[in-house]
Amino acid sequence: MSFLAVNNNQTIHLKNIPILEYGEFISGIKELMANHNNHCASYFGFPEKNLTYQFIALIADDGEGDIKILSYILEDPANQQVESLTKEIPAFHIFEREIHENTGLGFINHPWLKPVRYAWNRTDKRKNLTNYPFYKLDGTESHEVGLGPIHAGVVEPGHFRFSCYGETVHHLEVHLGYQHRGVESLFLTKKSLLQRTILSESITGDTVVGHTIAFARNMELLYGIEENQKLALMRTIASELERIAAHVGNLSSVCQDIAYQLGSSVFGALRTSVINYFEWWCGNRFSKGLIRTGYNPYSFTTELREKLMKMLDDFELKYVEMSNAMFRLPSVQSRLEKTGTVTKEQAKIIGSVGLAAKITGIPRDIRNSHPYGYYKNVFYMPAIGKTGDAMAHTLVRDQEIKKSLRLIRYLVDDFEKHEKLDCDVRPDLKRKKMEPSTLSISLTEGWRGEICHVAVTNEEGELAAYKVKDPSIHNWFSLALALRGNEISDFPVCNKSYDLSYCGFDL
Amino acid sequence: MFFDTYKILRHQGKQFIPDITKAVLPTLFRGRPEISDEACSDGCSACADVCPTEAILLDPVRLDVGKCVFCKECVWACYKDKFSFTNDYKIATNVRERLIIAEGVIDPIKLDVLKVRKEIVKFFGRSLKLRQVSAGGDNSGEMELNACSNVNFDMGRWGIEWVASPRHSDGIVITGPITENMSEALQICYDAIPIPKIIILAGTDAISGGIFADSPAINRSFLDNHHVDLYVPGNPPHPLTFINGVLEMIRAKY
Repeated sequence: MSFLAVNNNQTIHLKNIPILEYGEFISGIKELMANHNNHCASYFGFPEKNLTYQFIALIADDGEGDIKILSYILEDPANQQVESLTKEIPAFHIFEREIHENTGLGFINHPWLKPVRYAWNRTDKRKNLTNYPFYKLDGTESHEVGLGPIHAGVVEPGHFRFSCYGETVHHLEVHLGYQHRGVESLFLTKKSLLQRTILSESITGDTVVGHTIAFARNMELLYGIEENQKLALMRTIASELERIAAHVGNLSSVCQDIAYQLGSSVFGALRTSVINYFEWWCGNRFSKGLIRTGYNPYSFTTELREKLMKMLDDFELKYVEMSNAMFRLPSVQSRLEKTGTVTKEQAKIIGSVGLAAKITGIPRDIRNSHPYGYYKNVFYMPAIGKTGDAMAHTLVRDQEIKKSLRLIRYLVDDFEKHEKLDCDVRPDLKRKKMEPSTLSISLTEGWRGEICHVAVTNEEGELAAYKVKDPSIHNWFSLALALRGNEISDFPVCNKSYDLSYCGFDL
Repeated sequence: MFFDTYKILRHQGKQFIPDITKAVLPTLFRGRPEISDEACSDGCSACADVCPTEAILLDPVRLDVGKCVFCKECVWACYKDKFSFTNDYKIATNVRERLIIAEGVIDPIKLDVLKVRKEIVKFFGRSLKLRQVSAGGDNSGEMELNACSNVNFDMGRWGIEWVASPRHSDGIVITGPITENMSEALQICYDAIPIPKIIILAGTDAISGGIFADSPAINRSFLDNHHVDLYVPGNPPHPLTFINGVLEMIRAKY
């Protein structure tokens, strides 16, 4: 079967998307997913008109660097049942569950068609937080431990249910939804571009740059604005800085969880220096306000560039000596090694992306496979680990920080080439309309992994659907697998090393 | 290994901010807004039109910092340059109305010390343990609250600490617009805290709902039934805003 293939940051008219019968659709997906370079970037349904829903699956090909689009249409999905893909391709479990929750479409033979986030507009209101169907473990010495939604520390809420036999955790069930704010539906009801931009900044406040670039690129594509090299360069620097800040902050919290006070304090202080730089650049430590559609409100001046280089030199010196000391410490090694191991095979099957894939040795990185913005001009070789355990997490983060430092230096050197370009003027969008009946895809690599935003417009050029996918959607299941065979006391270390997003999942 | 550690400690030096009340933030930081009293053009509503969260009220022009997401668009939209954001980060208060900035007002936002409950000063003046509850927060607010206790801001100096259990805490700090799905857990957590207890709302989302104010997925009824002791605006609230606000509250002198 031949498939319609598009590139990252490309729009396509809805008419040009071939509509398949459901049978063709699943055989197409099976054919594509037989190749392990492919993974599902997004799969969702949206109301085409009244009760007719169009379903779209985006399969990203890491080898070819394109995205295959498969689509089918169903009338009144709430009263229909179709064959599930999950039994053969487990990576689809979360997408089918999400579709089931939002549209009511039944999936026959789905092994665990459980609620995802208890969205306010779910079809079945009888399902609520109090009656989540947890797995049960039976036996004389078996027991269950519930944790959350309010759990230790200043963190977001989520419920974790450990099914244990003796001291060994046999399964961890992650039950989320507490953070659901209705982001996707607000994208449609909030009409101004600014409101939508603020929304995309609030999807996850720790990946502001990653999500807002994905959103801004979609809007630029639909409004027909070009992203010039200077703008792309500036965004790329911001996104690499955000990556450094997040990774070093994460190393700090991992150190705290393994009771390594020096690492925790020093990495924490290093993170402060990076996010304080954002405050100098755009007045917000989380870079809220920096990424806007079509222009850059806070120009990247010579003074800022010099400040950045100075900050990075100081950062690198302190970071390298601290990370060397940390990785040399036997107590750190013994606590992190073989804790929460996920194999490469498991990661492939469940379709992990970003860090959760890289720790097992899968080099899945949008900057390399589907480059966007200024990444088109640089070759980025993803850092990978081998062991798939908590140690691999810290090692991959360490490598990514060092790679990002090199990349930012290279980008700042490149800045002079594009200095004459203009990206500080706000485009006038008052009389402009978005391209009607169009689908636009924007993939970016946030620090957690692949972020996918899909926008669909209707015949009047208004948003008909906006689909957000945070990498955590794929990766929470990886955390559940990591805990198997470990003890409950390993959970804090595993959870912190994965550091997945609750609000990005719950939306 | 000893020398490695020693070198790291030497290179780090002193990280803490010596006087938390006098730290200066970059000029671009968006703290307390000011509105000049220059007359508007007739019928102009450019600022209110552009505001993403309806934080600007007209005739006379006022800006509600409790609803503001600090995007600075009103500054750029106004034809008379009426709006400006100062780098004054001390914007926490215990009276909701004080967050509404009127035209021509350049006074700092302060706590109304008379309205601070007596038991707060008596019991928590030198030791305050807080439980943070994220109810739809986007994790930036939570990270900023975590940062309050890092080596830079180090609010442990004044006996203010985060604790894991509500039973050990003296109050809750809420971030996020309070989602429907989290509303019950929030109530249970609040009930588990021993009396006397305080409520702090941290961030624009918590104070007014922010961009999520009219989302059907949130349920703010918890706030209708309980007295809020401190409002800490910001998107997310800066650690300096939070620490200074809390310190002013627990050290209030009548």
